[in-house]
Amino acid sequence: MAVITYREALNQALREEMQRDPDVFLMGEEVAEYDGAYKVSKGLLEEFGEGRVVDTPISELGFAGLGVGAAMAGLRPVIEFMTFNFAFLSLDQVINAAVKMYYMSEGQFPVPIVFRGPTGAALQLSAQHSQACETYYSHAPGCKVVTPGTPADAKGLLKAAIRDDDPVAFMEGELLYNLKGEVPEDDDFVIPLGVADLKREGSDVSIITHGKMIHVALQAAGKLEKDGIEADVLDLRTIRPLDMDAILDTVAKTNRVVYLEEGWPYAGTGAQIVSMIQAEAFDELDAPVLRVTQADVPMPYAKNLEALAKPSANHVIEAVNKVLYR
Amino acid sequence: MAETKTKPKGDKTKGDGLREHGISPELALDLMRDMLLYRRFEEKAEEGYAIGKIGGFCHLHIGQEAAAAGTIKPLREDDYVMSAYREHTQALAKGVAPKRVMAELYGRTDGSSGGKGGSMHIFDKGVRFMGGHGIVGGQIPLATGVGWKIRYREEDSVIVVFLGDAAVNQGAFHESLNLAAIWELPVIYVVENNDYGMGTAFSRVSRTEMVTKSSGHGVPAHSVDGQDVLATYAFFRDLTADVRGGAGPKFVDLQTYRFRGHSMSDPVSGTYRSVEEVEKAKRDQDPIALLRDVLLDGGHLDEDGLTEMDAEARRTASEAAEFAEASPVPGPDALYANVWAEVNEHGRLFFDGRDR
Repeated sequence: MAVITYREALNQALREEMQRDPDVFLMGEEVAEYDGAYKVSKGLLEEFGEGRVVDTPISELGFAGLGVGAAMAGLRPVIEFMTFNFAFLSLDQVINAAVKMYYMSEGQFPVPIVFRGPTGAALQLSAQHSQACETYYSHAPGCKVVTPGTPADAKGLLKAAIRDDDPVAFMEGELLYNLKGEVPEDDDFVIPLGVADLKREGSDVSIITHGKMIHVALQAAGKLEKDGIEADVLDLRTIRPLDMDAILDTVAKTNRVVYLEEGWPYAGTGAQIVSMIQAEAFDELDAPVLRVTQADVPMPYAKNLEALAKPSANHVIEAVNKVLYR
Repeated sequence: MAETKTKPKGDKTKGDGLREHGISPELALDLMRDMLLYRRFEEKAEEGYAIGKIGGFCHLHIGQEAAAAGTIKPLREDDYVMSAYREHTQALAKGVAPKRVMAELYGRTDGSSGGKGGSMHIFDKGVRFMGGHGIVGGQIPLATGVGWKIRYREEDSVIVVFLGDAAVNQGAFHESLNLAAIWELPVIYVVENNDYGMGTAFSRVSRTEMVTKSSGHGVPAHSVDGQDVLATYAFFRDLTADVRGGAGPKFVDLQTYRFRGHSMSDPVSGTYRSVEEVEKAKRDQDPIALLRDVLLDGGHLDEDGLTEMDAEARRTASEAAEFAEASPVPGPDALYANVWAEVNEHGRLFFDGRDR
């Protein structure tokens, strides 16, 4: 295994898939000459040329929709959003076009496209640049949603997303790009969509989460261990398809669950998961399932307020103590 | 910026349009046949709607037949067409079978989308008819993407995309034209300018004229009399050749007029335009009547021939309706079919908790 950054892992996945399939191209703001706003596409212009690594105007609706049309006609676009915060401008093309086209045409027009970029908060970027956007996409049938939290997952899942025949919202994290981790050197390392990963094993409580929140969950689990509490940390990795079997397994094992997510609570991913757990594993539960989310406010700028708004390891520990009745 | 203008719509002063436009009598007769079919097909749809066989929104193309016949006839089989939601006849023009379009309006399994798309979502991949899109302006970026694919694969086909006059005020229009211009994509953006976006006159929602709308993006614009099918055909024949040859994107203000309400739930004239205005247009600007006069005056068709041609169109429309009526409604299994192009081996994709 090689130790590389999350950014390098994404870069490898793009490079390998573009080498593998001439129909794959990368399009977005600053992806070519600038090497990517976060340098994810570094060196790709040089290797693949401006026909396949394409700088766009700042025109999210336009180039996202262009990608959808190109996919309808047989190509496999990877559309980079500098952040998913900017992708709201293109949401009509994703929700009304990309994810419904296959159904509306009774299977005549698959839309194999990946929309990718960072989601969620970084540091002091304030309200308009600090939103976790998964639920806007997972809400719509026809859209797959992938949220890798480690370099290995980033690489293996991006390759799977590019090969998938449906639209995929592939959500990264600005604070993850420098994260280092072991990534298999196998040149065809693909992680199938729909398989959760147990990032830590314990039998007292389950912390279920996705995306960069796995690091908050692991931090909380580390602190809880010192208190004699062993937590299962289940990383969903993909929100849709959803590995419900893995969720039910961890619920059956610990009987106590906290769902942690970066975004707002109302109709969040956790709301869906909790609904399913109570419907399908009610008898396994020894306590209500609790959720830890961002404070239910737009993200403030001031450093101290931002820290208060974000879900933290301490919030997770509080919730764990509640489900353990401690 | 090149701006050309043909004669104003409905100008009866023209001579023999065939020679003027380099169109053979056979081709002109074909155009007549096509437009008669479109008219009779839409009348049959109107009838189907009135008796409750067709539901939802249904936007008829009556009055605008030349905007399907004259624009699409010059295309090759490997060219693409995409449209908005007033698209039944453009689907027919590109080669979708009338019975499959009608069955789609009826919501039946033999419809072009198995009954799951309806009036606004006609698709036929086999003849490169790319929909059928229901959000005003939403199809324009998609068509631009098809143009991107043509260029990416170094093919020499083109795409013609239709939009209504109201769509030029959407951001999607302007973003798309800019992208097509910078990448020189083979896309022909055709505004079917029937003067009204639903019930709002274009002059009330734009300070500038339609033909100016693309100039800020460096996309050449042309105004064409869209009620004169011969002029429309000749124009698109030449324009398509230019775009195929690498001329880049074009913008066409195709001036036309809608003889029916915006959709089936609207009155023909309504509060936004007068009965007199509609009647005058039907009298002076009917694309079928205009071509009929040319053909009769030129001796290319006689009254008997016209009657036979019309009877054939009515027959095809009736057969389409009979076919639609006989086609089964989709079975319950269809509900969950084709949501996902790829059902992954792992994980859950449906969350309604119902048995499937």
